[in-house]
Amino acid sequence: MITYFTDIYHGLISLFIGMGITFKEFFSPTVTVSYPYETLTMCDRYRGHTQLIANEEGKPNCVVCGLCEKACPSNCISLAGEKPEGGKKKVLTKYILDFTRCSLCGSCVESCNFNALEFSKEYNLASTRKEDFIFDLLKRLEEKNK
Amino acid sequence: MNSPIKLQPDETFILNVGPQHPATHGVLRVKMEMNGEYIVNAETVIGYIHRMHEKMGEVKTYPQFLMNLSRMDYLGALGYSHGHVLLIEKASGIEVPERAEYIRAIMVELNRVASHLFWFGAFVMDLGGFSPLMYALQDREYILDMLEAVTGSRLTYCYFRFGGLYNDIDDDFISAARRFIPRMRKSLKKYHKLVTGNIIFHKRLEGIAPLSQEMCRKYGASSAVARGSGINFDVRKNEPYSVYPEFDFDIPVFHECDSLARYKVRMEEIEQSLRIIEQGLDKLPDGPIMPEKKPKLIKPPPGDYYQAVETARGSFGIRLVSDGGKTPYRLKLRSPTYSNMHLFDESCRGMMIMDALAFMGSLDLVIPEIDR
Repeated sequence: MITYFTDIYHGLISLFIGMGITFKEFFSPTVTVSYPYETLTMCDRYRGHTQLIANEEGKPNCVVCGLCEKACPSNCISLAGEKPEGGKKKVLTKYILDFTRCSLCGSCVESCNFNALEFSKEYNLASTRKEDFIFDLLKRLEEKNK
Repeated sequence: MNSPIKLQPDETFILNVGPQHPATHGVLRVKMEMNGEYIVNAETVIGYIHRMHEKMGEVKTYPQFLMNLSRMDYLGALGYSHGHVLLIEKASGIEVPERAEYIRAIMVELNRVASHLFWFGAFVMDLGGFSPLMYALQDREYILDMLEAVTGSRLTYCYFRFGGLYNDIDDDFISAARRFIPRMRKSLKKYHKLVTGNIIFHKRLEGIAPLSQEMCRKYGASSAVARGSGINFDVRKNEPYSVYPEFDFDIPVFHECDSLARYKVRMEEIEQSLRIIEQGLDKLPDGPIMPEKKPKLIKPPPGDYYQAVETARGSFGIRLVSDGGKTPYRLKLRSPTYSNMHLFDESCRGMMIMDALAFMGSLDLVIPEIDR
């Protein structure tokens, strides 16, 4: 009988403490943002999918050494290049990133010795088609330069 | 209540909990043989998200396997990566700069706090209290923001490298971490007031699911499951690694053996982790984060190597058998939750189903880590 009443007493105390905290939190400032109307800025080191870096002329820095292709644990990079007539260096003709397999580990960016790859800050990537995630990075760079 | 089905005392039925069930926190299936509300027998069925991490370890080169470890346990990813890099460094004799070791310890402890906070919220939600989850996630968000600013990702980090780190921390991180510690201590007080002192919470957990020390030893349980049963075992103290011997911290041990004891251990661990972070920030030396001399190609000499670390979920062991090649001959991952979960089958017999779910919550299961 005594425990019955002590339980009620302790229950009431627990209840008031809980209500007190809820009441206090009710008046504390909001910490969330209502996405998509408001968005947060991504931090500098945010890792989105990779993108090519262009030089001053708007051409990619890439020299088609293929180190990123080798470093990738998931085989999601395939690139091709050719030597233009009379030119010394290889020029990138194709850079395909299969984002369906990429796990954003950053091995490709780290392996690059020519400052040709970086992480983008894109995160709004929703689609119902798989092909939308097979990125042609060269095309993206050209679109960005326009 | 008049139920249309009358059960005979010896009549049982099978209840499937999962594989998609909020109480199992992932794709775990528990086949329960029930007699009314009481469990006669239970069988955990695993393997729904098996991803062959061990096999991947055998076919990928050492650096390529780095990011797999954080996919094992998505809540406390850095602890697992820590074990992996320590093992490869030990095997190939790479010296790690002191600054890198300190930053690793700080990061792992922050991740441990984040993991425990999520567990705390989910555990209380299992028992029917929703708002503590929101408060816990708010605090966890500060940690994730800090870790994101340094590592670039919020959950599945790929931050540690053989010999050091991917990025150095900056002053912003240090000041954010210093601001976080008192804030977290204040929140802990709030949690104790709101949850630990709550009478419903006590009634649901006190004396429920007692786990004897023999049972813990039999199944190889670690972390709060063992420490809640009075076994004073923590890899950070018993087999010190990294810079942990430099820190002054305690291992919380409770002898009540019940679900409440396991809860108390984890809450106390948050406080101890904060102490380690504080000391780490005070002692943080200057210097490089990558060693000057590092082999270009990682090829550990032939042999058998083992490294254990204390992750948020317990003692994580990783064993490497190398034949001197570019890829390991065998990579064995000993995951702590795998051992902790198997206690469940034997311990929950005769328990009521609501108590069994509370018990399962107190084990802190992360299913991808069991299946790996």
